[in-house]
Amino acid sequence: MPAAIKIEGLNKIFRVGFWGRRFEAVKDLDFEVGAGELFGFLGPNGAGKTTTIKMIMGLLYPTRGQAWILGKNSRDVAIRARVGYLPESPYFYDHLKGAEFLDFYGKLFAIPAPKRRKKIGELLELVGITRAADLPLRKYSKGMLQRIGLAQALINDPELIVLDEPMTGLDPVGRREIRDIILKLKQEGKTVFFSTHILPDVEMICDRIAILNQGRLVNIGPLGSLLSPRVKYYEISFSGLAGEKLKDLSAWVSNILQDGALTRARVEKEDDKDRIISWILKEKGRVDSVLSHRESLEEYFLGQVDINNADKRG
Amino acid sequence: MWRISADLRCFSVDLLLNNYMHKLLAIAHNTFKETIRDRILYNILIFSILLIAFSHFLIALDIGGDEKIVVDLSLACISIFGVLIAIFIGIGLVYKEIEKRTIYTILSKPVSRPVFLLGKYLGLLMTLLVNVAIMTAVMYAVLAFTRRGIDLSILKAVFLIYIELMLITAISFFFSSFTTPTMAAIFSLSFFIIGHVTETLEVLGQKSGVASVKYLTSGIYHVLPDLNYFNIRAEIVHSLPVTIKQIWFSAMYGVFYIAIFYFLAIMIFSRKDFK
Repeated sequence: MPAAIKIEGLNKIFRVGFWGRRFEAVKDLDFEVGAGELFGFLGPNGAGKTTTIKMIMGLLYPTRGQAWILGKNSRDVAIRARVGYLPESPYFYDHLKGAEFLDFYGKLFAIPAPKRRKKIGELLELVGITRAADLPLRKYSKGMLQRIGLAQALINDPELIVLDEPMTGLDPVGRREIRDIILKLKQEGKTVFFSTHILPDVEMICDRIAILNQGRLVNIGPLGSLLSPRVKYYEISFSGLAGEKLKDLSAWVSNILQDGALTRARVEKEDDKDRIISWILKEKGRVDSVLSHRESLEEYFLGQVDINNADKRG
Repeated sequence: MWRISADLRCFSVDLLLNNYMHKLLAIAHNTFKETIRDRILYNILIFSILLIAFSHFLIALDIGGDEKIVVDLSLACISIFGVLIAIFIGIGLVYKEIEKRTIYTILSKPVSRPVFLLGKYLGLLMTLLVNVAIMTAVMYAVLAFTRRGIDLSILKAVFLIYIELMLITAISFFFSSFTTPTMAAIFSLSFFIIGHVTETLEVLGQKSGVASVKYLTSGIYHVLPDLNYFNIRAEIVHSLPVTIKQIWFSAMYGVFYIAIFYFLAIMIFSRKDFK
């Protein structure tokens, strides 16, 4: 089975300004997304995520290199019958009603009318806007537009779904719903490739991620292998101990925070954690919670982008 | 060149697979729905209908005192206001799709760029057809009011005006494929005006006796379409004979130039990056 997406030495140079100054938006990009994968494409604003996605979808032509989707060159119009795409902050024909809009997109795939009607009903329900089916799109809120945008991307029952910032503009409930839809698509065996800067979403659902910064691939791999499984520090919250007793503790624990009656101590070693807990119990204090902090995607992401930026400057 | 040939190949594959018709009609129908709501269209249409209706009162002022003035003014209205609609809506159609980013979702579907462009073009032609039909109907209503009997030969002039509108629309699409709507409007209008005076220009050039002027005017005459081929208003108004052969020749002349401008527009549009 060919890779769902294959990017080979992809470059995009834009000419900007009156003098046509060169701006390299994407530089020597190489990566693959396997069939059935749920792939997160991360990067700060202006990293080149949307440019890459547009090259995958044939909206931009690469300056060098090639993009392949489902084994075919991304310039091949016919292959798009098997792909769904939601652009970043999408705009649609606002004179159309929700159902009419989806019908129009169904016609672009030459889907027969009865099948189209059935699919439209299912999709409106899936994205939760059945009630707005007869409302013109100009009356839709940003979140509703995002939802109908996702519906149009699924009208042809695509094998590969490319979503550019699908969570943007949604409230937490909406985000969770979109996340659930993405997971459902994966369960159906579809490949989902999506860009985002909302990291908790990625952390929860992605099989693999790629981090892009200033047009270059910084890192790629399964989340588990990128994030260190090692515990970074333990945080012990306790109460019932004050004054002199805490001073004893601060002699061997440097990071202590007092928050009302609650005290929080932070230590890196597991031995230290056990020692503090037994000390608290011995002193008749009460342990409220013990948390172990592992590296989060956010910390990893910021770290990677910082290293990358420092390298560039150096 | 690769991109264009690839796009044309996709286009021909589309044609062969025979499902392009669905897509083409879907885009054309959607464009029709979009343009028929345009405010410019209604302003122009209402104004021209008023003018045509008003022509009835001009008969009283006309020395001949017959309905010729109604036909003459109506045909002029259909042509000029049709051209204004063709240009002012034509230049914005594709531009708006890019500006509003609606084009992203269309071109990411299995729709080749030539089919998209053709669909938009056909959609506007449908709108123009409705407009020309309404204006023609008003003209016949005014004529019915002034005299008995319906002269169907006027439709020959209307037919050629419509071919001219098709050509002007193709020209405005061509200009809007690489420049801003304002510039495209200026270029298209200039084209319309030059197209009606190329013949006169050539005659003047020949008379000038200066070799360079002669070549220039004759060059313009031979390269640019001569829009006078579509103007048989004088013949129709004065009931002079117009043969079917003459009409077909003019129509084919128009289709030939439409094909050229459509091809040029595709060449530019196919290379475009949608940033």
